Amino acid sequence: MSKKTTTTAPLLTMLNVHIKGLSDETWVDIINGVDLDLRRGEVLGLIGESGAGKSTLGLAAMGFCRDGCKITDGSIEFDGLDLLSQSRQQLRQLRGRRIAYVAQSAAASFNPAHRLIDQFCEAPLKHDVMARTEAEIYATSLYERMNLPDPDEFGYRYPHEVSGGQLQRAMTAMALSCRPDLIIFDEPTTALDVTTQIEVLAAIRDIVKQFNTAAIYISHDLAVVAQMADTIKVLLKGDEVEQATTPKMLKSPKEDYTKSLWAVREYARAEQPPVTGQQPVIEINNVTAGYSPRQDILKNVSFAIHKRRTVAVVGESGSGKSTTARVITGLLQPRMGSVSFAGTPLPASYQDRSRDQLRHVQMIYQMADTALNPKLRIRNLIARPAAMYLGLSGRALEDRVRDLLRMIEMEPDQYIDRLPSELSGGQKQRIGIARAIAAEPGFIICDEVTSALDQLVAEGILKLLDRLQSELDLSFMFITHDLATVRAIADEVVVMKDGDVVEQGPKSEMFVPPHHPYTELLLGSVPEMDPTWLDRLLDSRGADNIGDAAIARMK
Amino acid sequence: MSLFSVMIWLPVVVVSCLAAGWLFQQALILLVNETTAKFLRTAPLTACFGMLTIIFYIIFAVFAPFIAPYEQYEILAGAFEPWAYPYVLGTDNLGRDVLSRLVYGARNTVGIAFLITALAFIVGTVLGIYSALRGGLIDQLFGRFIDVLMAIPTLIFSLLMLTIFGTSVLSLVLVIATIDSTRVFRIARAVALNIVVLDYIEAAKLRGESTAYLITREILPNSMAPLAAEFGLRFCFVFLTISSLSFLGLGLQPPLADWGSMVRDNAELISFGDITPLIPAGAIAVLTIAVNFVVDWLLHRASGLKD
Amino acid sequence: MNNLLFMIVKRVALGVLTLILLSLLIFLSVEALPGDLAQEILGQQATPEAVAAIRKDLGLDLPPHIRYVNWLGGMLQGDFGTSLALKRPIIDLIAPRLQNTLFLTLYTACIAVPLAILLGMMASLFRNSYFDRISNASALSAISMPEFFVGYILIYFLALSGYFPSMANITPSTPLFEKLYACFLPALTLTLVVTAHMMRMTRAAIINILALPYIEMAHLKGVRPSRIIFRHALPNALAPIVNVVALNLAYLITGVVIVEIVFVFPGLGQLMVDGVRFRDVPVVQASSLVFASAYVGLNLLADIISTATNPRLMRRK
Repeated sequence: MSKKTTTTAPLLTMLNVHIKGLSDETWVDIINGVDLDLRRGEVLGLIGESGAGKSTLGLAAMGFCRDGCKITDGSIEFDGLDLLSQSRQQLRQLRGRRIAYVAQSAAASFNPAHRLIDQFCEAPLKHDVMARTEAEIYATSLYERMNLPDPDEFGYRYPHEVSGGQLQRAMTAMALSCRPDLIIFDEPTTALDVTTQIEVLAAIRDIVKQFNTAAIYISHDLAVVAQMADTIKVLLKGDEVEQATTPKMLKSPKEDYTKSLWAVREYARAEQPPVTGQQPVIEINNVTAGYSPRQDILKNVSFAIHKRRTVAVVGESGSGKSTTARVITGLLQPRMGSVSFAGTPLPASYQDRSRDQLRHVQMIYQMADTALNPKLRIRNLIARPAAMYLGLSGRALEDRVRDLLRMIEMEPDQYIDRLPSELSGGQKQRIGIARAIAAEPGFIICDEVTSALDQLVAEGILKLLDRLQSELDLSFMFITHDLATVRAIADEVVVMKDGDVVEQGPKSEMFVPPHHPYTELLLGSVPEMDPTWLDRLLDSRGADNIGDAAIARMK
Repeated sequence: MSLFSVMIWLPVVVVSCLAAGWLFQQALILLVNETTAKFLRTAPLTACFGMLTIIFYIIFAVFAPFIAPYEQYEILAGAFEPWAYPYVLGTDNLGRDVLSRLVYGARNTVGIAFLITALAFIVGTVLGIYSALRGGLIDQLFGRFIDVLMAIPTLIFSLLMLTIFGTSVLSLVLVIATIDSTRVFRIARAVALNIVVLDYIEAAKLRGESTAYLITREILPNSMAPLAAEFGLRFCFVFLTISSLSFLGLGLQPPLADWGSMVRDNAELISFGDITPLIPAGAIAVLTIAVNFVVDWLLHRASGLKD
Repeated sequence: MNNLLFMIVKRVALGVLTLILLSLLIFLSVEALPGDLAQEILGQQATPEAVAAIRKDLGLDLPPHIRYVNWLGGMLQGDFGTSLALKRPIIDLIAPRLQNTLFLTLYTACIAVPLAILLGMMASLFRNSYFDRISNASALSAISMPEFFVGYILIYFLALSGYFPSMANITPSTPLFEKLYACFLPALTLTLVVTAHMMRMTRAAIINILALPYIEMAHLKGVRPSRIIFRHALPNALAPIVNVVALNLAYLITGVVIVEIVFVFPGLGQLMVDGVRFRDVPVVQASSLVFASAYVGLNLLADIISTATNPRLMRRK
């Protein structure tokens, strides 16, 4: 965090900016009159849920609008230049040279046809900032500073030859290629795993501080923004909610909306005591499985889930959490080992399972959009399992559907005849839950059910699942990469890495050391709502003992 | 008519076509309910003109006996009579009324093309979706086999097959439908492949649903938009193919009136500066253009209204 | 680099396999003919002895798999059998006509390919402008017209007034310039149809790429629009465009048949159509195989070029 000098003139001033977007042939408001001030060397965090207009506002700071968007009112002034009255050519002179951009998906934002170094050098050469050799030397020094492997050779690779976390750092380096005055970071770590995110965050912050560059840091994750920003601005549906310095915003938010965003983090249900001496509902015994005979994704995985308990399975992408779910549901047959339900082994393939066995294992998916057939009405979506498994029909079926809708806190008369496309994301997820409990199962797999939702909505879903568990005696397996969710809902935790269970036990023990080194890294990498968290982490672990580097040390 | 006068008339024709399309669109919007009207307003004028034209063709096909002044087989006068009452468009090489044959041609050519497309669609869609759903070896085998069949250009393949099976209407229908179903298979499989990976299909499988239920209730309703557009495209292809075959004398056989063979029968008139053979050819072109305009609009909508 | 080589070898092997399967299909479909070739040659009144003699002569008494191997082996050595209708070796019929057809196809390709790519790029650059809309509607119309319609219209306007010949009567000994002049109308007909297809597909390929995030990134780096097209979009559009070109050249092969009939052009298509009319089975078999091989070959070429220009495949970690 840079020390601000409040006397200098603002670098970027946005006044009463209005932006409209074309949606289904009509212009709708995306940003309705937002003001923004940024001084040299200052980092501003833009926080908001999806659809708040953060990215649109960020791009507007470069005088750029995506196709189907237009700035209809207001002024944007960058270092004394009115961006809205500049010609295209004048804007091109600014972009890349004085204002740079770091996109969310580095993998998609690098041109696959050119080497990284060529893409790095493009802006300095085109803007006549540096000669080619000079730019290459500068690139190497930036790569080194960002802890990229083999900095001398790194730039000569193509984007597809480099990992996601490295690409994101390479993109930050590219943004710095002309030593700009302002960089827009548009959710640069959202697509990354937590342990990788740390490396990128540390690199970005180090470099921003080093060059005293002003930045707008866009994210939906408050804890991340808290590490990066001096000031935080909260947006809601194109309107500014409030703005304050980071410590002040974290400690004493003024508006109700902001407070509710903060409060989410504090939800946690009481952990239930471990069960002993009882037959588990689901038992996974020494399962080894993979998609090809040569490569096992799961290696000798075992754990059990008891009645009315929630087991959170935690791990990063590629750790085998979802594969475990596929083995339990019977979509993937294990090479060795088996899965039992209430003491009886389940047939390996779902096609060989009886209707009752199918009924007892239900699933709720991450993307509610793709989990519901878009052409079926809510009535039919929920009625199908009830009719199939429980033989309900006619009046009884209709009543059951209405009961289920009430259980998920949706008014039957209002929603029963709608199509999924007429519901919000959270409502769709509730319908997914209703469909699962309509089968009256004993066990439900929740696959990242909250990660595609905004925090407030996600919290509602977690509370609903919690309530249904006690009302219906359900057991949950909760697949997640988000430790806040684990804290909120789990009784027991299973930590997976590369197809192994590295640690398992009750939640209360998991959050207290000592840990397996990987668990420790994973826990330590989750950003906290404390502006000094990243500093403390880097102090305690050391700058080269985080992320991939730390994982490499474990081997 | 000289090339120069065409240059003058062409824009006039285009503008009046678009104007007709506009009038048709406005009339439709007044007649239908709000949601359909909103949908119709997104249609470009070319698509409106297309819809209007298609309706015209359907009317001609359905009411051919009432519209045509004579029977399609009737030999009425000498060969190649000029354009004069009572044979408004003259007579053909055998002395049959060209106008009547033109009207009946709408029924024969368009009808058979439609039949073939429908047949190809039923077979291709069901097999394609089934193949995508099953995956694995069955999908591989189907896919390989279809690839081989598709490696022969349509017209060449149909020529080969018609040599073997003869040129009756039945063999024409079966041969073209079979060849075309391979193309439909490919599209249906590709569309279905995008759907079968979605979670709601997984959920349905895990619920224990049958393959028939999966195809008819879960996959088909969600592939209607691309398949409908594809139906239009395939229809154009089939229509052009059978017209081409007829033109080569290998499609619909006389004495059935058919546009392709009408062009061929009267082709020699061209060298005398008589445009009679161009009229059936134009009839083919206009219908195909109309269908393509509508399909283009539907495809543009399906691609998510961007660009 | 080894990866690329492996890829190409795999594609070629697949192409050869497809051709073998195709030849089998063509061979077997003739087997399914009611009656047999001997009967066909001699007609209904032939004595059984005569039929048996000619069967032996043609090797029809051998089991099918041996006949297939002999047939395919003959084809590979240029022995395509004898025409039933013309009683001449098929190779003598095919060779000059194939040459003519290839000439016409190449002639068309030379006009159509650059024209289509240029128009397609312009349409994608000026997306949604009037130029784009008009060219799109005209291309759609051109695609929708049967080749014989376009052909006769051109004859009506350009041949009747005596600018160009309506009959493209050429022989291998015709001088090049005269050939180009004689074939102008058939080539123009094919060009109109193929250009429309190719232009639309090129436009779609480029527009797909212009919507990608790395193009937005280039804009945000302050790169000039022309540089964005040539440096950022084109290298990635190359593979789809090459595919489009090959696909349409393959499509030309079908179009060529109709155009040859309209302009009485002595090409392979006309030979095949005559073969079908007289049920001259060996001729139809041979010309289908030639057409299909050209089609498969072009698709294979497209596949290889688009694989070779994909940087992801050129160098793998």
